[in-house]
Amino acid sequence: MAHDPVRFYQVGSFAAGNRLVDQEQRTEQSRSGRSNSLTSGHRACQGCGEALGARYALDAAMRATGGRIVAANATGCLEVFSTPYPETSWQIPWLHSLFGNAPAVATGMAAALEVKGRSEVRVVAQAGDGGTVDIGFGCLSGMFERNDDVLFICYDNEAYMNTGVQRSGATPAAARTATTEAVGPEPGNAFGQGKNLPLIAVAHEIPYVATATVAELHDLERKVERAMAMRGARYLHVLVPCPLGWASASSDTIRLARLACESGLFPLFEAERGEVVDVTPIRRQVPVEEYLRLQGRYRHLFGDPGRPDLVREIQAIADRNVARFGLARESCAAPATPADIPREAL
Amino acid sequence: MFQVRFHGRGGQGVVTAAEMLSVAAFLDGRFAQAFPSFGSERTGAPVVSYCRIADGEIRTRAPVESPDALVVQDATLLHQVDLFSGVGSDAYVLVNTSHTFEELGIAELAGRFRADRVLTVPATEIALRLLGRPLPNAVLLGGFAAMTGAVRVDAVVAAIRERFAGQVAEGNAEGARAAASVVEKERSGRAATD
Amino acid sequence: MLRQIEGSRAVAEAVGLCRPEVVCAYPISPQTHIIEAIGVLVKSGRLTPCKFVNVESEFAAMSVSIGASAMGARAYTATASQGLLYMTEAVYNAAGLGLPIVMTVANRAIGAPINIWNDHSDAMSVRDAGWVQLFAETNQDAVDLHIQAFRLAEELSLPVMVCMDGFVLTHAFERVELPEQADVDAFLPPFEPRQVLDPDEPVSIGAMVGPEAFTEVRYLAHARQLQALARIPELATEFAATFGRGSGGLVSTYRTEGADTVVVALGSVLGTLKDAADALWDAGVPIGVVGVTTFRPFPAEAVAGAIRGARRVVVVEKAFSIGAHGILAGDVTLALSGLDVGVYAVVAGLGGRPISEGSLRSLLEEASRGSLPALTFLDLDTQLVARELERTVAHRRSGPTAENLLRDIGTSRRVAGPAAST
Repeated sequence: MAHDPVRFYQVGSFAAGNRLVDQEQRTEQSRSGRSNSLTSGHRACQGCGEALGARYALDAAMRATGGRIVAANATGCLEVFSTPYPETSWQIPWLHSLFGNAPAVATGMAAALEVKGRSEVRVVAQAGDGGTVDIGFGCLSGMFERNDDVLFICYDNEAYMNTGVQRSGATPAAARTATTEAVGPEPGNAFGQGKNLPLIAVAHEIPYVATATVAELHDLERKVERAMAMRGARYLHVLVPCPLGWASASSDTIRLARLACESGLFPLFEAERGEVVDVTPIRRQVPVEEYLRLQGRYRHLFGDPGRPDLVREIQAIADRNVARFGLARESCAAPATPADIPREAL
Repeated sequence: MFQVRFHGRGGQGVVTAAEMLSVAAFLDGRFAQAFPSFGSERTGAPVVSYCRIADGEIRTRAPVESPDALVVQDATLLHQVDLFSGVGSDAYVLVNTSHTFEELGIAELAGRFRADRVLTVPATEIALRLLGRPLPNAVLLGGFAAMTGAVRVDAVVAAIRERFAGQVAEGNAEGARAAASVVEKERSGRAATD
Repeated sequence: MLRQIEGSRAVAEAVGLCRPEVVCAYPISPQTHIIEAIGVLVKSGRLTPCKFVNVESEFAAMSVSIGASAMGARAYTATASQGLLYMTEAVYNAAGLGLPIVMTVANRAIGAPINIWNDHSDAMSVRDAGWVQLFAETNQDAVDLHIQAFRLAEELSLPVMVCMDGFVLTHAFERVELPEQADVDAFLPPFEPRQVLDPDEPVSIGAMVGPEAFTEVRYLAHARQLQALARIPELATEFAATFGRGSGGLVSTYRTEGADTVVVALGSVLGTLKDAADALWDAGVPIGVVGVTTFRPFPAEAVAGAIRGARRVVVVEKAFSIGAHGILAGDVTLALSGLDVGVYAVVAGLGGRPISEGSLRSLLEEASRGSLPALTFLDLDTQLVARELERTVAHRRSGPTAENLLRDIGTSRRVAGPAAST
C-alpha cells in the first residue's frame, strides 16, 4: 500500500488531522480547489452520510480523471435531495432515469463513449442500497457480467430511506424499519436473510470490488482512485449512516461508520477478479453493543428486558466476519480468499 | 395469382422451401410472397408454409385457403392432418415419397385430381444420395417447377445457390434438377399411357 | 437495390443504413431475426462504428438506450409483447426525457394466456407514453418508416416506435427496395442532440418536477407530438423526392371516392382489406379503405378528411380495451364526432387468428347493408364460449379458462389442416 497508514485521533471527535499529513497525501476533500461535484445547497438531512459519501467519491473520481466523468444516478435519497426542482447541486454531467436501471443507463453511457472514441471520459453510476441490491440487481449483474466500463457505487444506508425507511435486501438483522417493526419473536428485520452485495460482486469476478465508509476518507478516496485507474466493471460499496433511518444523532454519522468497521459488522476489503487481495485490519474490535446502542433502530434490543440473545447473535455475525476476512490484527498477514470463506457464507 | 401450400414437419425446411420458391419467382421477374403458418420452433411438429406468385403486387396476408398447388414434404402427415383442405380438383399435388399412392393408402384421394397433376418424387432418397442428408425441401422444388411451370427450374437452382453455399448448394441444385427429371419422366410416362 | 428477403432482414438492413451507434439486443419472438441480423452487420464490420450490447432484459435494453442517447449516440432497439411491457417504465422515461430513440415493435399479443402471434395489444399498451407510433402495412413500408423515424425522432427530440406485424410481416419473404447508403445519409444527417451529457458543459438531466411545472412539461410533450403531425407529411414528401417512392405520412386511402362504407385499419391487414374491397366493388358494393400509418399522434383531421362522404365507418382492429371498447375505434369515433357517420368496431385477428378475405367480405357486405352491430368480434366461436360459460355456472372450481377451451377444441374437432393447425 502506498498511502500512509498512520492515523491521528483527536479525542472525542474521531477526526483525522490532515494538517499533520504531507501535502501529497492529503485528501482531495481537504483541498479548497476540489471539484465539489455535489455542491452545497442540496436538501439532505443534517448528518446525512450519503451526501458525504457521494461528494467524497465523486470528487476523488474527478481528480483521478482530470475532471472527466459523467454520472448515472438511480432514484433515491441522493437523487431527490440533490435536484429539488428547479435547482441542482450537481456540477458534473448527471442523468437520473429510473429506480432500477442505473447500471444499465451507465452501460449505455459507456457504450456511447466507446463508439465515439471518447475513452478519456469515464462513467460512474450510483444508487442507494435499494437501487443496487434489490430493484437494480438484475441490471447490475448484467453490467458486471458484460464487464462494461462503469464504476458502480452503492451508498448503503441499509434501507429504503427516501420513502420512509423500509426494509431492503441490505437491511441488517434485528434493525427496525417501517416494514420490519420491532414486534414479534424476532423484533426488527429477520435473521438469515439479506444479500452481501460486495461478495456477490466478487463472485462476478469483475476487475475491482471494494468496501468503504465515510469515516475512512483516505481509504475511500484511495479506493476510488484505484478503481478509476482500471477499466471494466468495478464496484464500490460505501456504508453511509442515515441519522433519520437509523434514529441516531446527526453528529454520530462518522462515529457510527467507524464503529461499524471496528465491530466487524462492516468489513473493509478489496478484491480483484474474484480474489480478496487486501483487508483493513481492525485496530481494536469493539463489542457490537457499542455500535448498536447509538442507534434507535436497535432500541428494542436494549432496556428492560431487552433482547440480549439477539445482541449475541449480532455479535456472532461480527465475529464471523472478523474470522472469515481475517480482520483481527494478528491475522492480517494472510488476507481471506474465497477458498477460506465457508460455502454457506457466499 | 398462383398459390402454393407446403406441408411438412419442423426441421425439414418447409419454411425455407416456400422462401426459396419466392426467390425463384423473384428471379423470374415476378412478385412473390412467402410466409409460414407460425409456431414456436419445434422439430417434428407439423408445419405449414405458403407461397404466392403473381405478376403484380400481392397485397393479401391471409393464409392460402385454396392452393393451386400442394407440396407434401412428409408423407406421414397424410393420415394425420387434413392436408387437402381447400384443394380443388385442378390443383397440382406433389408428394415426397418413394412409395406409390396405393402403398400410401391415398389412391382414391389421388384419383380426385388430374392424373398429370398428382405426382410423387422420392426427394428424400435423392437428397441422401446427392447431399448425404435427408433434406428434401430444395430437391422437391425442382420437381415442383417441372410439374407446374410456375417457376423455371433454372430459377429454382439460382435460388438454391443464393440460399446455400459450396457443396450444400451444389448438392441441392443437382437434386432439384434430378427431381425435375423424375417429374418430367413421370409425366411423359403418364401421357404415353393416357 | 431490389431484393426478395425476409421482412426482419429488410428492417435490419434499413436500420443499419441509418447508422445507429448503440444497438441493444434482447431476444423475444418475433423480433429476434432483426437484432440477430444487425448483430451480424456489426460483427462483419458493415455497420461501424456501432456498439452491439447483449443486455439482460428488455428493461435493460431501453435503459441502455437511454444512457446512450443521453450521451449523444444514435440508439436503437427492438422488442414485442411481453418485452415491451417489461420495459414500459423505461419507455415512459425515454419519452419524458425527450430522447430520440427508435425502436421496432414486432407486434405480438400480450399474455396471459401466453401467445406469440400477431396482434396490436402490445403497441396499444403504451400508446399514452408519448412515443410516436407508426404502423407499417408492408415490409417496404417497414423499411421506409424506420428511416423516417430516425429523422423525425432526432428533429423533434421524441422517441419513435415503428410497429410491424409480428410473423405476418417480420417472417414474410417479399420484394423490397433497399435504399442506397448515400441516399439515406442525405436524408438522415448525423445526430445533433438537443441535450447531452458533456463534461465541458455539465447539465443535470432527470430532475424531479413537482406540481408547479409538471403540467407544463406534459403539455410541451403533447405540443411536440402535434408538431410531428405537421412534420410527418413533410418528411414523407421529402422521402418520396429522395427515394422515388411514396411512404409514411399520416393516413393512406384506397378507393374511398364514392364509397358509402369505409373501413379503417392499422398494419398488414390493409392488404387483405384492399383485395376484399376490390372484390366488393366488382359485386357492386363500394368500399373504401383507410390505413392509419401514424397512430400517435392521432391524425384526427386527416382521418376525418379521408372518411369524407362515407355514411359509415368500420374499424377493424387487432386490439381491444377489455371491459370497454375498441381502441382505434375510440380514436376514430372522437375524430369523427360532429359528423353524421356511424362507427362500427370490429375486433379481429387477436392472438394471430388469421383474417381471411372471405370473412372481411362478409363483414363489409353486412356493414354496407347497415346491419352490423356496434361491436363485433370477427369469427368468434360462440359455441366454444357458451360451453365455457356453462362450465363456470355448473362448477365453482371450473378450472383455468384457457386450458378448458384448448381441451374443448382438442376433443370436439379433429386437427384439420391450416385453419386449425396453429
